[in-house]
Amino acid sequence: MSFHPLMDYGRAHHQSSRSMADEGPAFAYTDEALATLEDICSRYPAEQRKSAILAALYLAQRQQGYISRNAMKAVAAAIRCTTADVEDVVSFYTMFYQRPVGRHVLQVCRTLSCALNGAERVTAELQAVLGIAPGETTPDGEFSLFEVECLGACDRAPVVGVNDHWHECQQPDGARALVEGLKAHGAAGLTGCHLHVEKA
Amino acid sequence: MDLILTPHVKTPNGFTLDFYTKQGGYEALRKALALTPEAVVDIVKASGLRGRGGAGFPTGMKWQFVDKKSPKPKYICCNADESEPGTFKDHVLMERNPHLLFEGCLIACHAIGAKVAYIYIRGEFYHVQEVLEAELAKARAAGFIGTNIFGTGFDCEIYVHRGAGAYEAGEETALIESLEGKRAQPRLKPPFPAVAGLYGCPTAVNNVETLCNVPPIITHGPEWFAAMGPEKNGGPKLYCLSGHVKQPGTYEAPMHVTMRELIYDPKYGGGIRGDRKLKAVIPGGSSVPILLPHQLDIPASFDGVAAAGSMLGSAGIIVMDDTTCMVWAAENLLYFYKHESCGKCTPCREGGAWLHNLLGRIERGEGQMKDIDLLLSVANNIMGTTLCAFGDAAATPVLTTVQLFREEYEAHVREGRCTLPSDWRAPSRALAAH
Repeated sequence: MSFHPLMDYGRAHHQSSRSMADEGPAFAYTDEALATLEDICSRYPAEQRKSAILAALYLAQRQQGYISRNAMKAVAAAIRCTTADVEDVVSFYTMFYQRPVGRHVLQVCRTLSCALNGAERVTAELQAVLGIAPGETTPDGEFSLFEVECLGACDRAPVVGVNDHWHECQQPDGARALVEGLKAHGAAGLTGCHLHVEKA
Repeated sequence: MDLILTPHVKTPNGFTLDFYTKQGGYEALRKALALTPEAVVDIVKASGLRGRGGAGFPTGMKWQFVDKKSPKPKYICCNADESEPGTFKDHVLMERNPHLLFEGCLIACHAIGAKVAYIYIRGEFYHVQEVLEAELAKARAAGFIGTNIFGTGFDCEIYVHRGAGAYEAGEETALIESLEGKRAQPRLKPPFPAVAGLYGCPTAVNNVETLCNVPPIITHGPEWFAAMGPEKNGGPKLYCLSGHVKQPGTYEAPMHVTMRELIYDPKYGGGIRGDRKLKAVIPGGSSVPILLPHQLDIPASFDGVAAAGSMLGSAGIIVMDDTTCMVWAAENLLYFYKHESCGKCTPCREGGAWLHNLLGRIERGEGQMKDIDLLLSVANNIMGTTLCAFGDAAATPVLTTVQLFREEYEAHVREGRCTLPSDWRAPSRALAAH
């Protein structure tokens, strides 16, 4: 712990949020995932297999939805490093989930340009519609809500990430429609999505 | 002026290999491969091309510093981890003009003697990565990437490497660490990447927009490039306009263009949303000092913005109108820096959280007058005390807002509430569950 001479220290300071991931169900990569991983490993020098660790984690997350401790062991075996190395990486990057998340992960950008265009209200509306706070998942496992940092599409603020894609220029009144659309049509319910706008 | 980097961003299928080669694509590569690597470096040096990632360092010099006598392999790392709040230009280039980037990577590899370029793309750009991978495969099949390119004996591969959510990975040594499969934390410099970078090998790390400027320089010559824009600020530049402007977006212009033109000209930003009064402009991504409305008649160049006391940085221009509470804006940004600090250096890891707590306290109306000076004290203790520029970046929003808008901080303390609760913010802070 370090100190600033003029700073008062309450309970809010210096509380580590570190926690171990759950052990989770048994995990083994599919053959297809292993083949993809070997292809990605071949992009790096043979002795630098660890460079593929993020790719290995993405594959595990795609397969299981999150990174459990068992998944970390499988990643370690595939990358030929220790589980401590894997946990080191998993706990650093924000895009790996260490507990199960919903089928649709809504990520509202909260950084300045989006906030200037009403992102706080979009989050509030989604909270009201889903009945959950940021960081939580609905009991039926359909939706998770997160506030995330700048997604790099500030000209189309506010941006809401839906799994791997973006829903842009989102305003509070559209939030309910977004949720309804996802419930009814899955990813096809993304109107105003990046893909549709760019490829039109 | 003709657009150089973004002429076809709105053309359907403007991103495809077919389209690119019909526009004379990959001819700059053919021309560069007929030259020696030294000649290519000299051309880029003569053009005065400065890095578009934020620091504005001359690209030719960066390539010249790469240790060519080293027996180790050399690498080009393209920094596509575009994460600076308010910046989204590389995203447009990669999505709508990927082959220009590939061509730039290939010429850069030729210049420094590398056989592999890695494009480190941020994890959130999944849909951009899909475009890059698909177009890479086409370019490979067409023989522009791979072995014996154009029959010159030049072998070169380009790979896309996806990050996983870390602002810090945009710092060049942290990017290298992340590429090596570790946490994205910066390294102590020296040694610089030019001597010991990726896998301990000589490496040049260049921004996407920087590399995209290389093919036009080879095609049209360094004089053409240098003549476009003010002295030492040559070439086309992409500007990212966001916030309270009528037409947010990515705009290409030579660096003669003024900040005022960018914000008010109908060709660019088109003025302030709802014709309100302009309050403050962040000219180069969230990490740089604020410019006030009377300071906008300056060229939006590296040197022009620096002369006004700020930085062009990544040219992410965030515009704020008179409904914006500057304490709230600073709190918003400090949450970002608190969240994204990689944790390696104590002043940034601890100080960022302190600053955010103090700002939150003042914004909620629970602050005291002495907290304002405490903010300055903490911020000044972060300034210059960290391995990378992140620390300075975190301290800057606090220092600049307190310096320019101190009366607003004092009003928050005096009245015990936020004095500018705009209708576009959350109806109640209680809803934002932090």
